[in-house]
Amino acid sequence: MSPTNPTPTSLLHSWTAILGVAALAITGEVLIAAAMRRLGDLDLLRDRPGIRGYLGPTRAVLSSPLFLAGALCMALNFFAMLYTLSIVDLSLAAPATASLTFIGNAVAARIFLRENVDRRRWLATLFVCVGVVLLAQ
Amino acid sequence: MKHTLTPQRYLILLAVMLTASVGDTLLSRGMAQVGPVDFHHLDRLWHALFNPFVASGIILLIGFFASYMTALSWADLTFVMPATAFGYVVVALLSRFWLHEHLSTYRWAGIVLIVCAVGFVAGGPSRTEHASSHPDLDLMDSGAGR
Repeated sequence: MSPTNPTPTSLLHSWTAILGVAALAITGEVLIAAAMRRLGDLDLLRDRPGIRGYLGPTRAVLSSPLFLAGALCMALNFFAMLYTLSIVDLSLAAPATASLTFIGNAVAARIFLRENVDRRRWLATLFVCVGVVLLAQ
Repeated sequence: MKHTLTPQRYLILLAVMLTASVGDTLLSRGMAQVGPVDFHHLDRLWHALFNPFVASGIILLIGFFASYMTALSWADLTFVMPATAFGYVVVALLSRFWLHEHLSTYRWAGIVLIVCAVGFVAGGPSRTEHASSHPDLDLMDSGAGR
């Protein structure tokens, strides 16, 4: 199976892997964003000045189940990306997963995080997708 | 104004943009020095940790994760996303002006599009405010109750 000239079967295989990587990234990012939204401004969690003040926010983040689930998805995303790179060229895998992740994040943020994704943000998402594909040329 | 970003928050967003891209570039440079790693030479991964480029790349990526999560604690995911995409622009510009690689017209067009995207989003509010079950507290937050 050659990554540069895939047969129809391997094409399906390649795109399933790419979609899997994007789905894990979207799930991870939305879970982490939900965890951080729930915790609120981390600066307000600092209970003392100096470097020890960061212990409070770090403890709060690490004990959030939503964050831990998101981090697990991101770890799985890393290994799924390694697998994908073994069957798909980097020049296709990198822009394809990045673009799909950007679009998916915007849709998921709208549905699950109830973010106000207005015309300005949809346009930005579209520009980023096309921009990432152009940068990979 | 609730949506005004303080200079400190702009610095966090700048850290999100720079740390991921420079960190990835350092990792890539370091791993090129370490050489290919396969199942028979997994010990090379341990040695890779002591390569100065790999070590500084890992420190920068930890910094990225910390600044990314800090940004998500006061901004929407769809607000922070274009900032992370700006990292691609930083890598392209680094390769052009530091490594003196050629940038094609396509890549310049990609850079312009991502910069425009960051501009669009930065001009809007950073956070969607949801209807709260404590409207009195929100009023105090906004300063209108004082």
